[in-house]
Amino acid sequence: MGTLQKAPAEADSFQDQNPPKLALVPTDKSGILGSVFADVAFRSVVIACAVSVVAIVGLIVLELVTSSGPALHKFGFTFLVKSVWDPVRAEFGALPVIYGTIVSSLLALALAVPLSLGTALFITEICPRQLRTFLATCVEMLAAIPSVIYGLWGIFVLVPLLRHHVAPLLAKYLGWTGLFEGTMYGLSMLAAGVILAIMILPIIASIAREVIMAVPQQQREAALALGATRWEMLRVAVLRNARTGIFGAVVLGLGRAMGETMAVTMVIGNTAQISRSLFAPGATLASVIANEFNEAVGSMHTSALVELGLVLFLVSLLVNAIAQFLVWSVTRGMPARNIA
Amino acid sequence: MVNALAVAAVSLAALIVLTPLVMILGTVIAHGMAGLHWSFFTQIPKPTGETGGGMANAIVGSVMILLVASAIGIPLGVGAGIFLAEYGRNVYGNIVRFTSDVLNGIPSIVIGITAYALVVLKQGHFSLLAGGVALGIMMIPTVCRTTEEVLLMVPQSIREGALGLGIPQWRTTVSVVVRTATSGIVTSIMLAFARVAGETAPLLFTALGSTFWTWKLSEQAAAMPLQIYQYSITAYDDLIQQAWTGAMVLIAMIIGTVIFVRFVTNRGMLKGAR
Repeated sequence: MGTLQKAPAEADSFQDQNPPKLALVPTDKSGILGSVFADVAFRSVVIACAVSVVAIVGLIVLELVTSSGPALHKFGFTFLVKSVWDPVRAEFGALPVIYGTIVSSLLALALAVPLSLGTALFITEICPRQLRTFLATCVEMLAAIPSVIYGLWGIFVLVPLLRHHVAPLLAKYLGWTGLFEGTMYGLSMLAAGVILAIMILPIIASIAREVIMAVPQQQREAALALGATRWEMLRVAVLRNARTGIFGAVVLGLGRAMGETMAVTMVIGNTAQISRSLFAPGATLASVIANEFNEAVGSMHTSALVELGLVLFLVSLLVNAIAQFLVWSVTRGMPARNIA
Repeated sequence: MVNALAVAAVSLAALIVLTPLVMILGTVIAHGMAGLHWSFFTQIPKPTGETGGGMANAIVGSVMILLVASAIGIPLGVGAGIFLAEYGRNVYGNIVRFTSDVLNGIPSIVIGITAYALVVLKQGHFSLLAGGVALGIMMIPTVCRTTEEVLLMVPQSIREGALGLGIPQWRTTVSVVVRTATSGIVTSIMLAFARVAGETAPLLFTALGSTFWTWKLSEQAAAMPLQIYQYSITAYDDLIQQAWTGAMVLIAMIIGTVIFVRFVTNRGMLKGAR
């Protein structure tokens, strides 16, 4: 009985003699230098992709600024406050266009915010569980429809509807506000506001839904335990807690409304004028660029249009940054609980 | 009482929101069906004044532009997503993430202006390539954000297991992590397609549209949404009819894609639509 020896059956097990060859695992040390190089190369490629995203945004800013240089130089700050848009004499003032953008976006918000908040509340709180995915999908369908199809529907369905049925009622009952004067030709600020409202509904509704689902369940339960009715619970526990995020959703919708091009171009009437009545045609930053860019008369005209694009870019950048910050501060980047 | 009114108001709001959806889809299908002939898919537009013709060149043009767009958007988007998920949990990652969100929020017409300045002015003529570049830039943020999300859902233990077996870092990422997340990345690419396929504004002054067969990168190109826009503002009934049919085909493709993706993965086009 000398030293203990492994039993012959276990001396060199099958596993030791034939180690399993896994597909990716290197079996010897010879390729280490190669794999270090490959690691560095892969990391560089991936970093290059990420840097290119930043570079693209930088390029966009650069191109906008250089191409609008002549107009910036010639008009300076007065570009934003003058009202004359005259390509023939190369006099460009963007005030009517900025006014049109603001009015159409605000009208869209006024129509869309109550509806989308109601939808968000309905889908998350009131609706039976089985219907939730279906309704959420329907709202998302609204977001999936391309802008040009909204415009097509707007021209041939919405505008006649507004002109024949809605405008007379508005003029009769709400004409005292001064917002509904003049003849309604159909293509108007009102039509643009309604179409924009339909287009931003899904965005506001879906982010509001995410924010509402991020409110802790204890808040709702506490309110109900104190004897609140359903609506009181929604108002006190849910909406009040989520109000920062809902505000962020609204601002995000505003950003989207300001940048919307095709649907607005097709129904707004494309007249750069400032008018109190919502029945009058107007123009927005994006619609003017879309209409006049291809037929721009002279380089100053193109430069002025690019300057409009720069204004649009800066405004939507500001609005989106505010919105992202507001939404982030509520959800802290956490994904919403999956109820649907 | 207030409670009942409020609940009723909220329910009514949801109902009102569904109405435009039903109206739009219904109108597009009702008007579009009338023009759905075989010639729509096989013929190019006839000269103005003649009836007949189709949007075949627009369909081919759209496919070509989307191919160019994906050649730009997919590699850059997936690469940036991999960076954010694997190497980007630091301040540089936050910068890239913020920039990607900025890029997502830029109005599409501004991106069209940039593509005009970058490609059309340098080339000296309008082209399919310029349109593809514009749409590719628009695809990047969607693909990047969703790729990052999907890669972050791969459990850390898989990465650790692979590294523990001696697989190099780059091989882990490529063959283990990304392969686990492939279906998510594919669906994110499909969603980016669905979004970008309907965009018109960037193509207005890059691809410019055309009434002939177009597939060369350096020529003007027709695209479906662009052709729909150009027909819808004309005064000819048969062109407007073709616009409706084109709208129906476009909506069918886009909504089909979105429903398919939602059905398979429960991921939506909007961030909050899970």
